[in-house]
Amino acid sequence: MIRRLALPLLLVLAHPAAAVLPAEQLPDAAQEARARALSRGLRCVVCQNQSIDDSDATLAHDLRVILRERIRAGATDAQARDFLVARYGNYVLLKPPLEPATWALWLGPAAVVAAGAAAAAALFRRRADAPDPLTPAETARVDALLDDE
Amino acid sequence: MKRLIFLAPLAVLAAIVVFFAAGLRHDPAILPSQLLERPLPTFARASVEPGRPGFGSATLTGQPALLNIWASWCASCKAEHPMLMQLNAAGVPIYGLAWKDTAPAAAAVLTSAGNPYRATADDADGRVGIDLGVTGAPETFVVDARGRVRYKQVGPITPEVWAATLQPLLTRLRAEA
Repeated sequence: MIRRLALPLLLVLAHPAAAVLPAEQLPDAAQEARARALSRGLRCVVCQNQSIDDSDATLAHDLRVILRERIRAGATDAQARDFLVARYGNYVLLKPPLEPATWALWLGPAAVVAAGAAAAAALFRRRADAPDPLTPAETARVDALLDDE
Repeated sequence: MKRLIFLAPLAVLAAIVVFFAAGLRHDPAILPSQLLERPLPTFARASVEPGRPGFGSATLTGQPALLNIWASWCASCKAEHPMLMQLNAAGVPIYGLAWKDTAPAAAAVLTSAGNPYRATADDADGRVGIDLGVTGAPETFVVDARGRVRYKQVGPITPEVWAATLQPLLTRLRAEA
């Protein structure tokens, strides 16, 4: 049992630059792991480009504690996340959900690549089209021009 | 027509410039409130001032009012304080939630600098602030007579903000009530 837990525990402890304080952690390792995974995807609303897992801001601390309270009370990952989304909006999610307002965000890059591929394909196809073979008269003219040189 | 195709990258560039220019004018620190057009979350807290009643979400009904989130450690709140004093003197009901502060420190500010609040509430653990979606202090919620949030001002109420946004909104809400 100890052996099976040793590696995950070490990995959790070795996570770089985490701001999670020992006093915040849940006694149940599985619950703590869920809380850590969740908090890595939640934005600190004060520092904005850090997750609450990384941030030292006091509000991030409060949100980490609340997240763990919900998990301890038996909330699923989605329920714990929705608790914060209801208060701070989708903005707290570092990975925005796919919805009509974010279609351009999620599908835009693929659309640009598709448009580029279509343009490139059209160009190559045009280049690959061999010109009509020369008529005998044209061949004779080319030969005459080349003979001149 | 064939020549026009060479203008396409230029058009794309122009669209990107417009997009980014609009983005520069947008302050990413200001998040829209999730509570807009919705009732305040239920709360009731004791006052930070000894011997005075606190307030709760139920207090903020009956007439349009301002719910000001502040703290004694917050410098912008200090800057905003004279404006709140002025509004209170003009009869605007303002309720003060002392967010992530200690009651004695908050009460000391009110004693020394003046108290612009009809009532104060002690949110030392910041839980009411989280239910309100507060990201920093000061923030001010405009609450209508039915207790619904109609606007959130992020940052101090300056005379400009008051004149341009909050005063017209309050006038409209009073007419509604």
